[in-house]
Amino acid sequence: MRLTICTFAVVLPLAAQVPYERLHQSDSEPGNWLSYSGNYSAQRYSRLNQITAANVRHLRPVWVYQMHTTERVETSPVVADGIMYVSEPGGSVTALDTLTGRPIWKYVRTMPKGVRGCCGQVNRGVAILNDMVYVGTFDSHLVALDIKSGIVRWDSEVADPKLGHSITAAPLALRDKIVVGMAGGEYGVRGFVDAYDAKTGRRAWRFWTVPAAGEPGIETWGGDTAKTGAATTWVTGAYDPDQNIVFWGTGNPGPDWNGDARIGNNLYSDCLLALDGDTGKLKWYFQFTPHDVHDWDSTEVPVLADAVVRGEKHKAVLFGNRNAFYYVLDRTTGKFLTGRAFAKQSWAKGLDDSGKPIVVPNSEPTVEGNKVYPDVTGGTNWFSPSYSPQANLFFVASRDVGGVFLKGNAEYKPGAQFNGGGQGPIVGEEGAGAIRALDPNSGELKWEFKLHSEAEAGVLSTAGNLVFSSTNEGDFFALDATTGRPVWHFQTGADINANPVTYLGGGKQQVAIASGDSIFAFALEE
Amino acid sequence: MRFLCIILSFAFAALAQVDPEYVIPKVNPNTTPADLKNGQQLFLAQCARCHGPKGEGGRGAVLTQSRLPHAPDDQALFVVIRDGIKGTEMPGGYALDTRETWQLTAYVRSLGRMANETVPGDPKRGQQLYQAKGHCSQCHIINGEGGSLGPELTEIGARRNSAHLRAAILDPGSTLPEGFTEVTLVTKEGRSITGVRLNEDTFSIQIRDLSGGVHSFIKADLKELQKEPGKSPMPSFRGVFSGSEVDDLVAYLVSLRGKQ
Repeated sequence: MRLTICTFAVVLPLAAQVPYERLHQSDSEPGNWLSYSGNYSAQRYSRLNQITAANVRHLRPVWVYQMHTTERVETSPVVADGIMYVSEPGGSVTALDTLTGRPIWKYVRTMPKGVRGCCGQVNRGVAILNDMVYVGTFDSHLVALDIKSGIVRWDSEVADPKLGHSITAAPLALRDKIVVGMAGGEYGVRGFVDAYDAKTGRRAWRFWTVPAAGEPGIETWGGDTAKTGAATTWVTGAYDPDQNIVFWGTGNPGPDWNGDARIGNNLYSDCLLALDGDTGKLKWYFQFTPHDVHDWDSTEVPVLADAVVRGEKHKAVLFGNRNAFYYVLDRTTGKFLTGRAFAKQSWAKGLDDSGKPIVVPNSEPTVEGNKVYPDVTGGTNWFSPSYSPQANLFFVASRDVGGVFLKGNAEYKPGAQFNGGGQGPIVGEEGAGAIRALDPNSGELKWEFKLHSEAEAGVLSTAGNLVFSSTNEGDFFALDATTGRPVWHFQTGADINANPVTYLGGGKQQVAIASGDSIFAFALEE
Repeated sequence: MRFLCIILSFAFAALAQVDPEYVIPKVNPNTTPADLKNGQQLFLAQCARCHGPKGEGGRGAVLTQSRLPHAPDDQALFVVIRDGIKGTEMPGGYALDTRETWQLTAYVRSLGRMANETVPGDPKRGQQLYQAKGHCSQCHIINGEGGSLGPELTEIGARRNSAHLRAAILDPGSTLPEGFTEVTLVTKEGRSITGVRLNEDTFSIQIRDLSGGVHSFIKADLKELQKEPGKSPMPSFRGVFSGSEVDDLVAYLVSLRGKQ
């Protein structure tokens, strides 16, 4: 059934209150995109259906907003009541009128000297709750802005940026707390997930992703290696309000490519964590890649959905992992239900009954270089997958590229990179990738749309039976969700490394994506 | 575009481990025999694939020369190894820490102190063959003169060794540079075009045909699209030039070093 779309008066709302109840019930107001992944289940699916496979050929750009930055842009906008909140590199934020793309206010974050990060001053988005917009900054602060003006309400330091901590992920707003992850996995930091009081900015809880001496899991590290164990948390997770569980992925153990000293499985690196929303206490964890030596962070977006595995219905977490395997976990217990490879890989023969990889011998990095699939960027990465309840398909932007993994020295110096090697390309290999539609219950491939090169951008699905995604070469495109047939594309002129969103602007469905240093908004031609 | 993707994947993997606030000294602090030995090991593991095991060049530049165009001193060489060279296939040393970068700098500099390659053949006769019998200038530019279908050769002697150049003349497909993939396509109307790929994305492709004409196609409008990555649009000159003529032509190409 087609949704009834309210006609908005072309008047900017004076107040934009977004209480927790709206976030909880966000599926009931598809005209807004209230959180990083669109809803707490992180499905990146919209019930809007003005744009369909039949009319998508009439999709045209309606405005472009330029950030004027040379940094890489990975932002995923949030939209509430006609205003789009866009984070920019470093942690600046701009509020835009969705009808015209014109700025309403701007918060500029100036970076102090001494900040550092492996991969540019990227920022992936904001959270909104009540009358505030929350952003994590590259100098490792969490900042609350007044939603109407962009004026700072509070600013809390999360960690010391001089040691390599940074924040690149969008925060996640719960009822009264703001959950935020951190980056710095290439600097030998100790990872954590934090929650802050939404009104005051005081820290409510912290879960360390690497145990301290005497804590459970310390036996999975050798010597003092846990102190520099990384396991950072640089992509936004999901939330199950019914169970009050926050689901959050963790990154690689440090040093990335030399695991000689950190003997063991290195908990809780490369895990999905299930944390109590009130206390941050660990309810369960599942480790995808024990003792990782390929930098395959498990910081992909966990997607919450029901799944039927071997005839039994489960409240599940669907997870497309950077290690090239797709997993279905029971989200109440963390039990592995099923999994299989979805992208080209050479490092594991498969998964055993408990979900552990059956590792192929001699697939670790060497001094001379060892060719392994997938490459360091993985079978997929931070860019979002999507689950469509309408099509009952899990869509994942996939990469089929290998790399030559090198092992090197690993000497820790505070604030300096601590990689223990690196990875180069396989000379002469052309990039390859695809948007893949998987059966969410099994991971079986239903269709794929091949890309000219490996995927670097996220996926959005809609009730118009469409899947939107992008290419490295700047194409923003739409596929038929049932068949994978391409039905529309637009060349934006710059590489796209971001996630698409959809919402109503002036009463019309818009689809937006960051490309280069700009946000492009599209709508059907009149 | 493909190169851009490679660069981005490097950036994503991790930039060099060198501290971003490191002030590069003018003099290499790591030049002991042990440093050179470690530099050689690093070179063999990470550089030899493109630059040759002895720095003799190949896909990458010849390093056995006293003056490296992008690295006139040790400071500049350190930066090249750390950051790569934008717009070329040379990536940054993503796997190296500061000490290793200096050790590699010392080893690369030591290669330049080795004797320059001596090649048989007469470069003057090679130049005549290049212009007349080979008609090479129809497709290659030297010092601003010639056609633009193939790679520019103004500095080719500084960037490729004689074995690589000889192979390029006799077996062009074995030394195909980035950006020269041959494409043959057939339109829905049955028109067949062969050329060099200029750009490509998921939905379209742009090519330059062998006469220099530029064409752009939406892939869905094509009946056939065949890419031949190992095939060169340049014909082999095996059997065209005699053995001594190939020596002369190679000697001429080796002498092309741009502004010294």
